[in-house]
Amino acid sequence: MIPAPFAYERPTTVDEALQAIAAGGEDVKILAGGQSLIPVMRLRLAAPETVVDLTRVTELRGVREEGDVLVIGAMTTHHDVITDPLIAQHAPLIAEATETVADRQVRHRGTFGGALAHADPAGDLPAVALALDAEFVLAGPNGRRTVGASDFFVDYLTTALEEGELLVEIRVPKLTGSWGVRYEKFNRVAQAWSIVAVAAAVRRENGHIAEARIGLTNMGPTPLRARATEAALAGAAVTAEAIADAARSAAEGTSPSSDLNAQADYREHLAQVLTRRAVSAAAGL
Amino acid sequence: MTVTEDAAAVAPAKEVGQPRRRKEDARLITGRTTWTDNMVLPGMLHLAVVRSPVAHARITAVDVSAAQQAPNVVAVFTGRDLAEEQGSIPCAWPVTPDMVNPGHPSIAVDQVNHVGEAVAIVVGRSKAAATDAVELVDVDYDLLPPVLDLEEAVADGSGLVHDQLASNTSYHFVFDAGDAGTGADTEQAFADAEVVVSRRFVQQRLIPAFMEPRSVVVQPQGENYTMWSATQVPHVLRVMAAMVTGIPEHKLRVIAPDVGGGFGGKLQVNPEEILCLLLARRLGKPVKWTETRSESLMAAHHGRGQVQFIDIASDRQGNVKGLRVRLLADMGAYLRLITPGVPALGAFMFPGIYKFPAYRFECDGVFTNKVPTDAYRGAGRPEATFAVERIMDELAVELGMDPLELRRKNWIQADEFPFTTVAGLEYDSGDYEQATREALELLGYDELRAEQKRRRESGDPVQLGIGFSTFTEMCGLAPSRVLGSLSYGAGGWESASIRMLPTGKVEVVTGSTPHGQGHETAWSQLVADQLGVPFEDVEVLHGDTAISPRGMDTYGSRSLVVGGTAVVKAAEKVVAKARKVAAHLLEASEDDLEFADGKFAVRGTPGATVGIQEIALAVFAAHNYPEDIEPSIDAEATFDPVNFSFPHGTHLCAMEVDTDTGMVKIRKYACVDDVGTIVNPLIVEGQIHGGLAQGIAQALYEEAVYDADGNLTTGSFVDYLVPTAADLPHFDTATTVHAAPGNPIGAKGVGEAGCIASTPAVVNAALDAVRHLGVSDILMPLTPERVWRAIRTGGDGGARATAGTNAYGGAQTESTAGVATPASELGGDR
Ligand SMILES: Cc1cc2nc3c(=O)[nH]c(=O)nc-3n(C[C@H](O)[C@H](O)[C@H](O)COP(=O)(O)OP(=O)(O)OC[C@H]3O[C@@H](n4cnc5c(N)ncnc54)[C@H](O)[C@@H]3O)c2cc1C
Repeated sequence: MIPAPFAYERPTTVDEALQAIAAGGEDVKILAGGQSLIPVMRLRLAAPETVVDLTRVTELRGVREEGDVLVIGAMTTHHDVITDPLIAQHAPLIAEATETVADRQVRHRGTFGGALAHADPAGDLPAVALALDAEFVLAGPNGRRTVGASDFFVDYLTTALEEGELLVEIRVPKLTGSWGVRYEKFNRVAQAWSIVAVAAAVRRENGHIAEARIGLTNMGPTPLRARATEAALAGAAVTAEAIADAARSAAEGTSPSSDLNAQADYREHLAQVLTRRAVSAAAGL
Repeated sequence: MTVTEDAAAVAPAKEVGQPRRRKEDARLITGRTTWTDNMVLPGMLHLAVVRSPVAHARITAVDVSAAQQAPNVVAVFTGRDLAEEQGSIPCAWPVTPDMVNPGHPSIAVDQVNHVGEAVAIVVGRSKAAATDAVELVDVDYDLLPPVLDLEEAVADGSGLVHDQLASNTSYHFVFDAGDAGTGADTEQAFADAEVVVSRRFVQQRLIPAFMEPRSVVVQPQGENYTMWSATQVPHVLRVMAAMVTGIPEHKLRVIAPDVGGGFGGKLQVNPEEILCLLLARRLGKPVKWTETRSESLMAAHHGRGQVQFIDIASDRQGNVKGLRVRLLADMGAYLRLITPGVPALGAFMFPGIYKFPAYRFECDGVFTNKVPTDAYRGAGRPEATFAVERIMDELAVELGMDPLELRRKNWIQADEFPFTTVAGLEYDSGDYEQATREALELLGYDELRAEQKRRRESGDPVQLGIGFSTFTEMCGLAPSRVLGSLSYGAGGWESASIRMLPTGKVEVVTGSTPHGQGHETAWSQLVADQLGVPFEDVEVLHGDTAISPRGMDTYGSRSLVVGGTAVVKAAEKVVAKARKVAAHLLEASEDDLEFADGKFAVRGTPGATVGIQEIALAVFAAHNYPEDIEPSIDAEATFDPVNFSFPHGTHLCAMEVDTDTGMVKIRKYACVDDVGTIVNPLIVEGQIHGGLAQGIAQALYEEAVYDADGNLTTGSFVDYLVPTAADLPHFDTATTVHAAPGNPIGAKGVGEAGCIASTPAVVNAALDAVRHLGVSDILMPLTPERVWRAIRTGGDGGARATAGTNAYGGAQTESTAGVATPASELGGDR
């Protein structure tokens, strides 16, 4: 299909972008990689008055270190995330999950920030950001503010981004200590979104699990943490039984939807199986 | 073997049998060619279709005023505007004399009967202008309850799709071997049987999902019209469109330029093709319509859609005694070109390769409020093959027999060909035992069976199963007389002509219009051998009724078998004509001439030769040729086969089932196909691969899902899952060759084999992996959820929720799915 007509702006700096957004009228959409926005516009689910294209805002691209924190520019493409040495070293879970996103073509265009701002419950990166306690830096007409991951994802396709605001960068605390990570994605064909997926990061200490962080993809309108399982794992032995026991509560507090790939009860079951697998792998079993 | 090798050392290599790369591929793959949507004509207008978002309703008002006033909109038409002239989409296959056909308007006038049916057309100066105005057309619908389920549709008290009809049944078609004299009394066979196994199988609806969307351009020139269409059947389309619109046939030229796939989905006279003609005539301007992917999924015809009740009878030793088939076949809302014929064609294939003494087939064609069904790769034969190959496994389980042993006991032996089956078909040639033996070796059967045993014993969460499909199918559609006896509205012959150009180059005109199969390459190979000219010197022309006036086009694995044979026959005539000229030029008697490698030579007179390409120049100059002939060696031929051809093969699938999640994964796939003589092994391999992909897709991935309101929730590729190479295993393929006796090439047809054979092999494999867990059937597609449910609670995995996935925020709009009501919102939640 053909999108409805729209005005188009292509700023080169964040300030210009904010001005373009402010001046763009009622309904402004920010265009990052376009891999979600363009289809939505072509289906006419969205018909923005103005599209502000961030492709030329170079300051939004790339990954850098700030002490204990990794800073990922919102416009860093999936491909660049996968191949970035800093991410490989300090946040390998992000790279692992990003490798499961779509196909090569999409990964060369789609961006880390775009995927998070889109907040698709079936998207793979929100749960990872949540599991890693990432922080989101938002720029608006009145300056910048920082929002934690648990506050950023508000509802189905809805984030803490206010009108006129831009996601600038994502700050991810480096994992220090002996962490293992795993992203377990479940889908029917290779390039598809997750039916359910589980992001796990597990820190081992003295032969026990000291800390586990588990993010759930597509188990509700927003990404979720499997808090009950995390609690059960804290201090648990690194055994298949202990992990399986803990994983049984992975779906607690979730509210998955039913669709033609999975009804809610099956999603709950998958969350348990995938949590067991992800945690086992992350714990080095 | 040695004999052929020696022969090859002396004679120049034959083209037939060479794995030539396809000469047409560079332009097709790069897109540097004429696809219909590439066409731009001066003054061309663009059409966008307003489609019904509801499955069943009366149209109470259509307000086009806002759309008419939109920028760059030229006109807007409703069904009412075109009611007088639109006629009905033709149905060429009245399978019974009393078949009920309610007629099929190209655009709805008073009532819509499926989501996606056209209700208005916007004509714009640009595609964007027309598309923008679609949303401005306001249609009021008075909703009627939709009829969606086949079994409910034929039950007493069901609502009607067409309330002017007495029921939702279009026809009742019966083939009874006892009555036909090809078998014993079926009821008696079942009454006497020691063992009877009965099953209900479901053939889900599939969407052909060709790569190039449908696209039509029509140019009016005075009283004449040229239509370009992404169609498989320009010849059939011309005849039918002339009859529907009243444009005289000789005033209508239809061109199928390069066409990007069809799989039967473009074997149609589409409503949009008729509408383009009507509007070009109204407006006196060229018009173009190209569909979106969602329109394609929603409004182009679907395939399959059957509920199959299968009974098999045998004795305790596993000798089959009878087969009984009752089908409910989903016609959708209307009858299109061969909608009713697809299941009827399948009627003859249910007995498969087995020697059933008794057979009865009954089929009800049933109307539902869904888009019509029609041909889809295999058309009737995949449905039949699935049923018989699945029921053979069920019988084996019942008898406690090895499924292969049961098959072996009942299949036709190599020395029994030609064999007349209980359905009255004469199978031509083959060796089922040999194909099976080779396939078992390719798969590494014994090792996998051993592994299966180990996994079972250790209670491995990943179980392994092996599935068989020992299949045959009928190709080379079709002997015209047979088609006549089945009440089909046309013949099954094919036409070809060969034009020898002055420079010795060769133009081959074929009536078998390709849409991606590689005809240009294969036909060139045939002609290179027949005429002894270089492969590169042959050009194949097709797809334009002005260039190739006679043809029956491409479907039913017919092109090489029927169309290729016409080419060979035309080439034989060229050689015969050239022989007279050669005799004249060489001053020899025709009887003394030998023709080999493109040259006529006088037997016993070394050096006295003339090449056929030189003769082409000689007759062009026409200075010196025999008095009693015309100065031309061009020729044409029409070939009408006397029988079908019957490819066969053995397909084996080894499947891993993760019992924790229900995920199935093909571990290994091996198949040995016998498609007769192979003209181009690369093309054969490609056709097998593509066919396997589609057959496996039916088993595991694809389904046109409708919700309780009749909305197509798989209205985009987010939800209609077409697998890619990344989702498919490596295929271990091989061939045996038993030449088809019915045509001089010896080819049987390969276009549908992989698609027909693979589906039951895959499902049988998955069931073999989990049968010990109490699972005896799982509905297709075998989604992980269904497999999980079947393992967990028994049963067949049950109905899926119908809601589309939430990716892209649902990826669903009125134009990809339809309008949800409270009835469908929950998506069929349990
Ligand atoms: C075929 C296909 C398969 C896919 N499969 C997967 C998959 O398996 N897993 C997965 O996770 N994703 C998948 N995706 C989505 C993909 O990851 C997208 O790249 C991603 O969701 C959106 O990123 P984008 O850069 O393309 O954003 P865009 O499409 O440009 O934007 C998406 C939304 O975010 C907003 N936005 C973008 N950037 C900003 C910003 N800096 N500040 C504020 N708002 C912003 C836009 O306005 C828009 O609303 C798939 C996409 C396709 C086309």
